[in-house]
Amino acid sequence: MRIPCPFCGPRGNEEFTYLGDASVQRPDPTAPAAAQAFHDYVYLRDNPSGLHQELWYHGGGCRKWLVVTRNTRTHDINDATFADGGARP
Amino acid sequence: MKYSVFSLLKEAFRGHTGWTPAWRKAEPKADYDVVIIGGGGHGLATAYYLATEHGITNVAVLEKGYIGSGNAGRNTTIIRSNYLLPGNEGFYEWSMKLWEGLEQSFNYNAMVSQRGVLNLYHSDQQRDAFARRGNAMRLHGVDAELLDREAVRRMVPFLDYDNARFPIHGGLLQRRGGTARHDAVVWGYARGADMRGVDIVENCEVTGFDIKDGRVTSIDTTRGTIRAKKVGLAVAGNTSRVGALAGLRLPIESHVLQAFVSEGIKPAIDHVVTFGAGHFYISQSDKGGLVFGGDIDGYNSYAWRGNLPTVEDVMEEGMAIWPGLGRIRMLRQWGGLMDMSMDGSPIIDRTPVGGLYLNCGWCYGGFKATPASGWCFAHLIARDELYPVAAALRLDRYATGALIDERGAGAQPNMH
Repeated sequence: MRIPCPFCGPRGNEEFTYLGDASVQRPDPTAPAAAQAFHDYVYLRDNPSGLHQELWYHGGGCRKWLVVTRNTRTHDINDATFADGGARP
Repeated sequence: MKYSVFSLLKEAFRGHTGWTPAWRKAEPKADYDVVIIGGGGHGLATAYYLATEHGITNVAVLEKGYIGSGNAGRNTTIIRSNYLLPGNEGFYEWSMKLWEGLEQSFNYNAMVSQRGVLNLYHSDQQRDAFARRGNAMRLHGVDAELLDREAVRRMVPFLDYDNARFPIHGGLLQRRGGTARHDAVVWGYARGADMRGVDIVENCEVTGFDIKDGRVTSIDTTRGTIRAKKVGLAVAGNTSRVGALAGLRLPIESHVLQAFVSEGIKPAIDHVVTFGAGHFYISQSDKGGLVFGGDIDGYNSYAWRGNLPTVEDVMEEGMAIWPGLGRIRMLRQWGGLMDMSMDGSPIIDRTPVGGLYLNCGWCYGGFKATPASGWCFAHLIARDELYPVAAALRLDRYATGALIDERGAGAQPNMH
Protein backbone atom coordinates (compact mmCIF):
# COMPACT_ATOMS: atom_id res chain seq x y z
CA MET A 1 0.00 0.00 0.00
CA ARG A 2 1.52 3.30 -1.10
CA ILE A 3 0.14 6.55 0.20
CA PRO A 4 0.36 9.55 -2.16
CA CYS A 5 1.69 12.13 0.29
CA PRO A 6 0.96 15.60 -1.12
CA PHE A 7 4.43 16.79 -0.06
CA CYS A 8 6.65 13.71 -0.56
CA GLY A 9 4.86 11.86 -3.33
CA PRO A 10 3.86 8.17 -3.19
CA ARG A 11 5.53 6.42 -0.25
CA GLY A 12 5.20 2.98 1.36
CA ASN A 13 2.76 2.75 4.27
CA GLU A 14 5.56 1.70 6.65
CA GLU A 15 6.63 5.37 6.73
CA PHE A 16 3.25 6.37 8.17
CA THR A 17 1.46 5.97 11.50
CA TYR A 18 -2.26 5.34 11.52
CA LEU A 19 -4.59 7.14 13.89
CA GLY A 20 -8.06 6.26 12.64
CA ASP A 21 -11.32 7.74 11.44
CA ALA A 22 -10.86 11.37 10.37
CA SER A 23 -14.57 12.13 10.29
CA VAL A 24 -15.18 12.10 14.06
CA GLN A 25 -15.28 15.62 15.50
CA ARG A 26 -14.42 16.60 19.05
CA PRO A 27 -17.69 17.77 20.62
CA ASP A 28 -18.32 20.95 22.57
CA PRO A 29 -17.49 20.15 26.23
CA THR A 30 -19.90 22.83 27.48
CA ALA A 31 -22.90 21.44 25.60
CA PRO A 32 -25.67 19.90 27.76
CA ALA A 33 -25.19 16.30 26.61
CA ALA A 34 -21.40 16.53 26.46
CA ALA A 35 -20.74 13.25 28.32
CA GLN A 36 -22.74 11.23 25.80
CA ALA A 37 -21.24 13.19 22.90
CA PHE A 38 -17.73 12.48 24.16
CA HIS A 39 -18.53 8.78 24.58
CA ASP A 40 -19.62 8.68 20.96
CA TYR A 41 -16.57 10.67 19.85
CA VAL A 42 -14.05 8.54 21.71
CA TYR A 43 -15.54 5.07 21.33
CA LEU A 44 -18.08 4.74 18.52
CA ARG A 45 -17.05 4.35 14.89
CA ASP A 46 -18.89 3.88 11.60
CA ASN A 47 -16.19 1.39 10.55
CA PRO A 48 -17.37 1.36 6.92
CA SER A 49 -16.69 -1.38 4.42
CA GLY A 50 -15.74 0.87 1.51
CA LEU A 51 -14.51 4.45 1.40
CA HIS A 52 -13.03 5.61 4.70
CA GLN A 53 -11.54 8.98 5.60
CA GLU A 54 -8.65 8.44 7.97
CA LEU A 55 -5.73 10.21 9.60
CA TRP A 56 -2.16 9.13 8.82
CA TYR A 57 0.99 10.79 10.16
CA HIS A 58 3.97 10.84 7.85
CA GLY A 59 6.62 10.39 10.54
CA GLY A 60 9.10 8.85 8.10
CA GLY A 61 8.84 11.80 5.72
CA CYS A 62 7.46 15.33 5.88
CA ARG A 63 5.98 14.85 9.39
CA LYS A 64 2.61 16.18 8.29
CA TRP A 65 -0.78 14.78 9.28
CA LEU A 66 -2.77 13.63 6.27
CA VAL A 67 -6.42 12.89 5.64
CA VAL A 68 -6.42 9.85 3.36
CA THR A 69 -9.52 8.59 1.58
CA ARG A 70 -9.05 4.87 1.20
CA ASN A 71 -11.25 1.96 0.24
CA THR A 72 -11.15 -0.52 3.11
CA ARG A 73 -12.28 -3.35 0.82
CA THR A 74 -9.51 -2.97 -1.73
CA HIS A 75 -6.88 -0.75 -0.02
CA ASP A 76 -7.11 1.59 -3.05
CA ILE A 77 -6.33 5.16 -2.08
CA ASN A 78 -8.40 7.84 -3.78
CA ASP A 79 -7.03 10.96 -2.18
CA ALA A 80 -4.60 12.33 0.41
CA THR A 81 -4.64 15.93 1.64
CA PHE A 82 -3.02 17.80 4.53
CA ALA A 83 -5.13 17.47 7.65
CA ASP A 84 -4.61 21.11 8.57
CA GLY A 85 -6.16 22.14 5.27
CA GLY A 86 -2.91 23.47 3.85
CA ALA A 87 -2.56 23.56 0.09
CA ARG A 88 -0.19 21.36 -1.85
CA PRO A 89 3.15 23.23 -2.09
CA MET B 1 -23.58 -41.51 14.70
CA LYS B 2 -21.40 -41.60 17.79
CA TYR B 3 -17.70 -41.71 17.06
CA SER B 4 -15.75 -44.26 19.07
CA VAL B 5 -13.10 -46.91 18.67
CA PHE B 6 -15.93 -49.39 18.04
CA SER B 7 -17.47 -47.34 15.23
CA LEU B 8 -14.01 -46.96 13.74
CA LEU B 9 -13.38 -50.72 13.88
CA LYS B 10 -16.80 -51.45 12.45
CA GLU B 11 -16.24 -49.08 9.55
CA ALA B 12 -12.75 -50.44 8.98
CA PHE B 13 -14.26 -53.85 8.30
CA ARG B 14 -16.95 -52.35 6.05
CA GLY B 15 -14.47 -50.42 3.91
CA HIS B 16 -15.54 -47.12 5.46
CA THR B 17 -18.79 -47.11 3.51
CA GLY B 18 -21.05 -46.33 6.45
CA TRP B 19 -19.87 -42.88 7.48
CA THR B 20 -22.54 -40.23 7.18
CA PRO B 21 -22.09 -36.45 6.81
CA ALA B 22 -21.28 -34.85 10.14
CA TRP B 23 -24.09 -32.31 9.72
CA ARG B 24 -27.07 -31.75 7.44
CA LYS B 25 -27.24 -29.04 4.79
CA ALA B 26 -30.36 -27.47 6.27
CA GLU B 27 -32.88 -25.34 4.41
CA PRO B 28 -34.02 -22.31 6.41
CA LYS B 29 -37.43 -22.63 8.04
CA ALA B 30 -39.75 -19.63 8.34
CA ASP B 31 -39.67 -19.45 12.10
CA TYR B 32 -37.12 -20.05 14.87
CA ASP B 33 -36.85 -19.45 18.59
CA VAL B 34 -33.26 -18.29 18.21
CA VAL B 35 -31.29 -17.34 15.13
CA ILE B 36 -27.51 -17.03 15.42
CA ILE B 37 -25.91 -14.94 12.70
CA GLY B 38 -22.40 -16.13 11.93
CA GLY B 39 -21.39 -19.77 11.47
CA GLY B 40 -17.93 -19.50 12.92
CA GLY B 41 -16.66 -21.12 16.08
CA HIS B 42 -18.46 -18.70 18.37
CA GLY B 43 -21.82 -18.90 16.59
CA LEU B 44 -21.77 -22.68 16.38
CA ALA B 45 -20.63 -23.02 20.00
CA THR B 46 -23.52 -20.79 21.01
CA ALA B 47 -25.98 -23.00 19.14
CA TYR B 48 -24.40 -26.11 20.66
CA TYR B 49 -24.69 -24.82 24.23
CA LEU B 50 -28.22 -23.50 23.61
CA ALA B 51 -29.14 -27.07 22.74
CA THR B 52 -27.13 -28.90 25.39
CA GLU B 53 -27.32 -26.56 28.37
CA HIS B 54 -30.66 -24.83 27.85
CA GLY B 55 -32.70 -27.32 25.81
CA ILE B 56 -33.38 -24.78 23.06
CA THR B 57 -33.16 -26.65 19.76
CA ASN B 58 -35.43 -24.64 17.44
CA VAL B 59 -32.30 -22.73 16.42
CA ALA B 60 -30.72 -21.71 13.13
CA VAL B 61 -27.15 -20.68 12.51
CA LEU B 62 -26.93 -18.47 9.42
CA GLU B 63 -23.60 -18.32 7.62
CA LYS B 64 -22.81 -16.09 4.65
CA GLY B 65 -20.25 -18.51 3.19
CA TYR B 66 -19.48 -21.97 4.50
CA ILE B 67 -19.04 -22.63 8.21
CA GLY B 68 -15.62 -21.90 9.59
CA SER B 69 -14.63 -19.89 6.50
CA GLY B 70 -13.88 -16.76 8.51
CA ASN B 71 -11.52 -16.30 11.40
CA ALA B 72 -12.23 -19.78 12.80
CA GLY B 73 -10.45 -21.17 9.74
CA ARG B 74 -7.58 -18.70 9.66
CA ASN B 75 -6.10 -18.28 13.12
CA THR B 76 -2.96 -19.57 14.83
CA THR B 77 -4.97 -22.02 17.00
CA ILE B 78 -3.52 -20.99 20.36
CA ILE B 79 -5.49 -21.63 23.55
CA ARG B 80 -4.46 -20.07 26.86
CA SER B 81 -5.84 -18.22 29.87
CA ASN B 82 -2.94 -16.01 30.90
CA TYR B 83 -4.63 -12.67 31.37
CA LEU B 84 -4.05 -10.06 34.05
CA LEU B 85 -7.35 -8.30 34.64
CA PRO B 86 -10.19 -9.78 36.71
CA GLY B 87 -12.83 -9.06 34.04
CA ASN B 88 -10.92 -11.23 31.57
CA GLU B 89 -9.09 -13.87 33.55
CA GLY B 90 -12.09 -15.70 34.98
CA PHE B 91 -13.70 -15.77 31.57
CA TYR B 92 -10.68 -17.15 29.72
CA GLU B 93 -10.07 -19.69 32.46
CA TRP B 94 -13.64 -20.91 32.05
CA SER B 95 -12.83 -21.27 28.37
CA MET B 96 -9.69 -23.25 29.22
CA LYS B 97 -11.73 -25.57 31.45
CA LEU B 98 -14.24 -26.12 28.64
CA TRP B 99 -11.37 -26.88 26.22
CA GLU B 100 -10.16 -29.54 28.63
CA GLY B 101 -13.44 -31.44 28.43
CA LEU B 102 -14.51 -30.40 24.95
CA GLU B 103 -13.71 -33.50 22.95
CA GLN B 104 -15.58 -35.78 25.35
CA SER B 105 -18.44 -33.30 25.47
CA PHE B 106 -19.08 -33.06 21.74
CA ASN B 107 -17.60 -36.46 20.78
CA TYR B 108 -15.20 -35.10 18.19
CA ASN B 109 -11.44 -35.00 18.03
CA ALA B 110 -10.49 -31.33 18.24
CA MET B 111 -6.84 -32.26 18.80
CA VAL B 112 -6.60 -30.14 21.94
CA SER B 113 -2.94 -30.23 22.84
CA GLN B 114 -1.90 -28.76 26.18
CA ARG B 115 1.70 -28.29 25.15
CA GLY B 116 2.28 -25.16 27.23
CA VAL B 117 2.35 -21.48 26.31
CA LEU B 118 5.67 -19.79 27.08
CA ASN B 119 5.83 -15.98 27.09
CA LEU B 120 9.46 -14.88 26.94
CA TYR B 121 10.69 -11.85 28.85
CA HIS B 122 13.71 -9.83 27.86
CA SER B 123 14.41 -7.40 30.72
CA ASP B 124 14.14 -7.15 34.48
CA GLN B 125 11.19 -4.81 34.15
CA GLN B 126 9.36 -7.22 31.91
CA ARG B 127 10.09 -10.06 34.36
CA ASP B 128 8.39 -8.03 37.08
CA ALA B 129 5.39 -7.38 34.87
CA PHE B 130 5.16 -11.07 33.98
CA ALA B 131 5.52 -12.07 37.63
CA ARG B 132 2.61 -9.81 38.42
CA ARG B 133 0.51 -11.35 35.66
CA GLY B 134 1.49 -14.83 36.81
CA ASN B 135 0.46 -13.96 40.36
CA ALA B 136 -2.85 -12.58 39.11
CA MET B 137 -3.43 -15.84 37.26
CA ARG B 138 -2.64 -17.93 40.34
CA LEU B 139 -5.00 -15.84 42.43
CA HIS B 140 -7.68 -16.90 39.95
CA GLY B 141 -6.69 -20.53 40.41
CA VAL B 142 -4.87 -20.70 37.07
CA ASP B 143 -1.49 -22.37 36.65
CA ALA B 144 1.45 -20.08 35.98
CA GLU B 145 5.18 -20.60 36.43
CA LEU B 146 7.86 -17.96 36.19
CA LEU B 147 10.93 -19.55 34.62
CA ASP B 148 14.46 -18.24 34.66
CA ARG B 149 16.74 -18.27 31.67
CA GLU B 150 18.20 -21.72 32.31
CA ALA B 151 14.79 -23.31 32.76
CA VAL B 152 13.70 -21.80 29.45
CA ARG B 153 16.91 -22.99 27.82
CA ARG B 154 16.16 -26.57 28.89
CA MET B 155 12.74 -26.32 27.21
CA VAL B 156 13.72 -24.48 24.03
CA PRO B 157 17.50 -24.71 23.63
CA PHE B 158 17.78 -23.24 20.13
CA LEU B 159 16.57 -19.68 20.81
CA ASP B 160 18.92 -16.67 20.66
CA TYR B 161 19.51 -16.19 24.39
CA ASP B 162 22.31 -13.67 23.90
CA ASN B 163 20.64 -11.48 21.31
CA ALA B 164 22.35 -8.11 21.73
CA ARG B 165 19.12 -6.14 21.69
CA PHE B 166 16.59 -8.60 23.17
CA PRO B 167 18.40 -11.18 25.31
CA ILE B 168 16.08 -13.83 26.74
CA HIS B 169 15.96 -13.56 30.54
CA GLY B 170 13.25 -16.14 31.15
CA GLY B 171 9.58 -16.75 30.59
CA LEU B 172 6.11 -17.07 32.04
CA LEU B 173 4.77 -20.54 31.37
CA GLN B 174 1.19 -21.74 31.40
CA ARG B 175 1.49 -25.50 31.02
CA ARG B 176 -2.25 -26.00 30.47
CA GLY B 177 -2.18 -23.69 27.46
CA GLY B 178 -1.49 -25.02 23.99
CA THR B 179 -3.20 -25.44 20.66
CA ALA B 180 -6.29 -27.02 19.16
CA ARG B 181 -7.28 -27.96 15.63
CA HIS B 182 -9.28 -24.92 14.54
CA ASP B 183 -11.38 -26.54 11.81
CA ALA B 184 -12.18 -29.54 13.99
CA VAL B 185 -13.52 -27.20 16.67
CA VAL B 186 -15.94 -25.73 14.12
CA TRP B 187 -16.91 -29.14 12.79
CA GLY B 188 -17.31 -30.61 16.28
CA TYR B 189 -19.64 -27.85 17.40
CA ALA B 190 -21.54 -27.97 14.10
CA ARG B 191 -22.01 -31.72 14.39
CA GLY B 192 -22.99 -31.52 18.05
CA ALA B 193 -25.53 -28.78 17.38
CA ASP B 194 -26.90 -30.48 14.28
CA MET B 195 -27.40 -33.78 16.13
CA ARG B 196 -29.64 -31.95 18.58
CA GLY B 197 -31.78 -30.37 15.88
CA VAL B 198 -30.07 -27.06 15.15
CA ASP B 199 -30.29 -25.98 11.49
CA ILE B 200 -26.97 -24.88 10.04
CA VAL B 201 -27.80 -22.77 6.99
CA GLU B 202 -24.83 -21.98 4.81
CA ASN B 203 -24.66 -19.52 1.90
CA CYS B 204 -27.24 -17.38 3.65
CA GLU B 205 -26.31 -13.72 4.05
CA VAL B 206 -28.28 -11.40 6.30
CA THR B 207 -29.42 -8.31 4.42
CA GLY B 208 -31.62 -6.56 6.99
CA PHE B 209 -33.58 -6.69 10.22
CA ASP B 210 -37.27 -6.00 10.75
CA ILE B 211 -37.55 -4.08 13.99
CA LYS B 212 -41.01 -3.30 15.40
CA ASP B 213 -41.51 -1.28 18.60
CA GLY B 214 -37.80 -1.52 19.34
CA ARG B 215 -37.75 -5.29 19.04
CA VAL B 216 -36.37 -7.47 16.30
CA THR B 217 -39.09 -9.65 14.77
CA SER B 218 -37.52 -11.13 11.68
CA ILE B 219 -34.39 -11.17 9.55
CA ASP B 220 -34.13 -10.63 5.81
CA THR B 221 -31.63 -12.93 4.18
CA THR B 222 -30.58 -13.92 0.69
CA ARG B 223 -32.62 -17.09 1.28
CA GLY B 224 -35.81 -15.37 2.39
CA THR B 225 -37.24 -13.79 5.51
CA ILE B 226 -36.84 -15.69 8.76
CA ARG B 227 -38.88 -14.89 11.86
CA ALA B 228 -37.04 -15.16 15.15
CA LYS B 229 -37.87 -14.49 18.79
CA LYS B 230 -34.23 -13.83 19.60
CA VAL B 231 -31.24 -13.08 17.43
CA GLY B 232 -27.58 -13.45 18.35
CA LEU B 233 -24.91 -11.65 16.37
CA ALA B 234 -21.49 -13.35 16.22
CA VAL B 235 -19.91 -12.08 13.02
CA ALA B 236 -16.46 -10.91 14.17
CA GLY B 237 -14.94 -8.59 11.55
CA ASN B 238 -18.32 -7.81 10.03
CA THR B 239 -19.89 -6.72 13.34
CA SER B 240 -20.14 -3.04 12.39
CA ARG B 241 -21.56 -3.85 8.97
CA VAL B 242 -24.27 -6.23 10.21
CA GLY B 243 -24.87 -4.11 13.32
CA ALA B 244 -25.53 -1.09 11.10
CA LEU B 245 -28.37 -3.03 9.46
CA ALA B 246 -30.05 -2.97 12.88
CA GLY B 247 -29.19 0.70 13.41
CA LEU B 248 -26.30 0.04 15.80
CA ARG B 249 -23.11 2.11 15.89
CA LEU B 250 -20.53 0.12 17.84
CA PRO B 251 -17.13 0.57 19.52
CA ILE B 252 -15.47 -1.65 16.92
CA GLU B 253 -12.97 -1.18 14.11
CA SER B 254 -12.23 -3.96 11.63
CA HIS B 255 -8.54 -4.61 11.11
CA VAL B 256 -6.56 -7.17 9.16
CA LEU B 257 -4.28 -9.66 10.92
CA GLN B 258 -1.89 -11.82 8.94
CA ALA B 259 -0.70 -15.28 9.87
CA PHE B 260 1.91 -17.55 8.35
CA VAL B 261 2.78 -21.21 7.88
CA SER B 262 6.17 -22.55 6.93
CA GLU B 263 6.98 -25.67 4.97
CA GLY B 264 6.62 -28.86 7.00
CA ILE B 265 9.65 -29.83 9.06
CA LYS B 266 10.34 -32.52 11.63
CA PRO B 267 9.19 -31.80 15.20
CA ALA B 268 11.22 -28.78 16.30
CA ILE B 269 9.28 -26.61 18.69
CA ASP B 270 7.25 -28.41 21.33
CA HIS B 271 5.39 -25.47 22.86
CA VAL B 272 3.76 -22.22 21.92
CA VAL B 273 6.51 -19.61 22.31
CA THR B 274 5.94 -15.86 22.23
CA PHE B 275 8.40 -13.01 21.87
CA GLY B 276 8.00 -10.47 24.66
CA ALA B 277 9.92 -7.56 23.18
CA GLY B 278 7.63 -7.35 20.19
CA HIS B 279 4.56 -9.32 19.26
CA PHE B 280 5.30 -12.71 17.77
CA TYR B 281 3.99 -16.19 18.57
CA ILE B 282 4.94 -19.52 17.08
CA SER B 283 3.99 -23.16 17.40
CA GLN B 284 4.21 -26.23 15.19
CA SER B 285 1.24 -28.02 13.71
CA ASP B 286 0.96 -31.79 13.65
CA LYS B 287 1.66 -31.66 9.91
CA GLY B 288 5.02 -30.08 10.74
CA GLY B 289 4.43 -26.54 9.54
CA LEU B 290 5.48 -23.73 11.82
CA VAL B 291 2.42 -21.57 12.49
CA PHE B 292 3.19 -18.02 13.49
CA GLY B 293 1.98 -14.45 13.49
CA GLY B 294 2.51 -11.00 14.92
CA ASP B 295 0.72 -7.69 15.08
CA ILE B 296 -2.28 -6.57 13.10
CA ASP B 297 -1.44 -4.38 10.11
CA GLY B 298 -2.89 -1.42 12.02
CA TYR B 299 -5.41 0.23 9.70
CA ASN B 300 -9.12 -0.32 9.07
CA SER B 301 -9.60 -3.06 6.53
CA TYR B 302 -12.20 -5.44 5.13
CA ALA B 303 -9.86 -6.69 2.42
CA TRP B 304 -8.95 -10.12 3.92
CA ARG B 305 -5.32 -9.46 3.05
CA GLY B 306 -2.53 -7.35 4.44
CA ASN B 307 0.57 -5.58 3.24
CA LEU B 308 4.24 -6.47 3.05
CA PRO B 309 5.67 -4.17 5.76
CA THR B 310 3.85 -6.26 8.38
CA VAL B 311 5.16 -9.47 6.80
CA GLU B 312 8.70 -8.13 7.06
CA ASP B 313 8.09 -7.03 10.65
CA VAL B 314 6.83 -10.47 11.70
CA MET B 315 9.79 -12.21 10.06
CA GLU B 316 12.23 -9.87 11.79
CA GLU B 317 10.66 -10.61 15.16
CA GLY B 318 10.83 -14.33 14.50
CA MET B 319 14.50 -14.06 13.56
CA ALA B 320 15.17 -12.08 16.75
CA ILE B 321 14.28 -15.04 18.97
CA TRP B 322 14.97 -17.96 16.65
CA PRO B 323 17.66 -17.27 14.02
CA GLY B 324 17.25 -20.80 12.63
CA LEU B 325 13.87 -19.72 11.29
CA GLY B 326 15.74 -18.01 8.47
CA ARG B 327 16.62 -21.38 6.93
CA ILE B 328 12.99 -22.44 6.68
CA ARG B 329 10.81 -21.36 3.78
CA MET B 330 7.50 -19.69 4.35
CA LEU B 331 4.74 -21.60 2.63
CA ARG B 332 1.51 -19.68 3.08
CA GLN B 333 0.31 -16.40 4.48
CA TRP B 334 -3.23 -15.10 4.85
CA GLY B 335 -5.27 -12.34 6.44
CA GLY B 336 -8.39 -12.32 8.59
CA LEU B 337 -10.73 -9.57 9.77
CA MET B 338 -10.43 -8.74 13.44
CA ASP B 339 -13.25 -7.01 15.30
CA MET B 340 -10.95 -4.75 17.30
CA SER B 341 -12.75 -3.23 20.27
CA MET B 342 -11.89 0.09 21.84
CA ASP B 343 -10.29 -1.43 24.96
CA GLY B 344 -9.02 -4.66 23.45
CA SER B 345 -11.54 -6.85 25.29
CA PRO B 346 -14.66 -8.57 24.02
CA ILE B 347 -18.35 -7.76 24.37
CA ILE B 348 -21.09 -10.28 25.18
CA ASP B 349 -24.20 -8.30 25.95
CA ARG B 350 -27.68 -7.17 25.03
CA THR B 351 -28.11 -4.33 22.55
CA PRO B 352 -30.51 -1.37 22.62
CA VAL B 353 -32.65 -3.40 20.18
CA GLY B 354 -34.92 -5.84 22.02
CA GLY B 355 -34.20 -9.50 21.30
CA LEU B 356 -30.90 -8.71 19.59
CA TYR B 357 -27.77 -9.91 21.39
CA LEU B 358 -24.19 -9.04 20.60
CA ASN B 359 -21.01 -11.11 20.68
CA CYS B 360 -18.04 -9.19 19.31
CA GLY B 361 -14.80 -7.37 20.02
CA TRP B 362 -12.60 -10.47 20.10
CA CYS B 363 -9.71 -8.56 18.58
CA TYR B 364 -7.16 -11.15 17.48
CA GLY B 365 -7.77 -13.48 20.43
CA GLY B 366 -11.14 -15.02 19.68
CA PHE B 367 -10.12 -18.59 19.00
CA LYS B 368 -9.12 -19.46 22.57
CA ALA B 369 -12.40 -17.97 23.77
CA THR B 370 -14.61 -20.08 21.48
CA PRO B 371 -16.07 -22.46 24.10
CA ALA B 372 -16.66 -19.85 26.81
CA SER B 373 -17.94 -17.32 24.32
CA GLY B 374 -20.53 -19.82 23.11
CA TRP B 375 -21.33 -20.89 26.66
CA CYS B 376 -21.85 -17.35 27.99
CA PHE B 377 -23.64 -16.10 24.87
CA ALA B 378 -26.02 -19.06 24.99
CA HIS B 379 -26.71 -18.32 28.66
CA LEU B 380 -27.41 -14.68 27.87
CA ILE B 381 -29.74 -15.49 24.97
CA ALA B 382 -31.58 -18.29 26.76
CA ARG B 383 -32.07 -16.62 30.13
CA ASP B 384 -31.56 -12.95 29.30
CA GLU B 385 -29.00 -12.69 32.08
CA LEU B 386 -25.23 -12.36 32.03
CA TYR B 387 -23.20 -15.45 32.88
CA PRO B 388 -21.09 -14.59 35.96
CA VAL B 389 -17.60 -15.01 34.43
CA ALA B 390 -18.61 -12.81 31.49
CA ALA B 391 -20.39 -10.20 33.58
CA ALA B 392 -17.71 -7.57 32.92
CA LEU B 393 -17.89 -7.92 29.12
CA ARG B 394 -20.59 -5.28 28.83
CA LEU B 395 -21.37 -3.04 25.88
CA ASP B 396 -22.02 -0.08 28.18
CA ARG B 397 -18.60 -0.24 29.85
CA TYR B 398 -17.35 2.43 27.45
CA ALA B 399 -19.95 4.79 28.90
CA THR B 400 -19.58 3.73 32.53
CA GLY B 401 -15.77 3.71 32.43
CA ALA B 402 -15.43 0.07 33.55
CA LEU B 403 -13.02 -0.68 30.71
CA ILE B 404 -10.97 -3.88 30.51
CA ASP B 405 -7.79 -2.62 28.90
CA GLU B 406 -5.11 -5.32 29.30
CA ARG B 407 -2.56 -3.35 27.38
CA GLY B 408 -3.38 0.09 28.79
CA ALA B 409 -3.41 1.55 25.30
CA GLY B 410 -6.64 3.53 25.50
CA ALA B 411 -9.32 3.89 22.84
CA GLN B 412 -6.96 3.10 19.99
CA PRO B 413 -7.94 -0.26 18.47
CA ASN B 414 -4.78 -0.71 16.41
CA MET B 415 -2.68 -0.52 19.59
CA HIS B 416 -4.37 -3.43 21.38
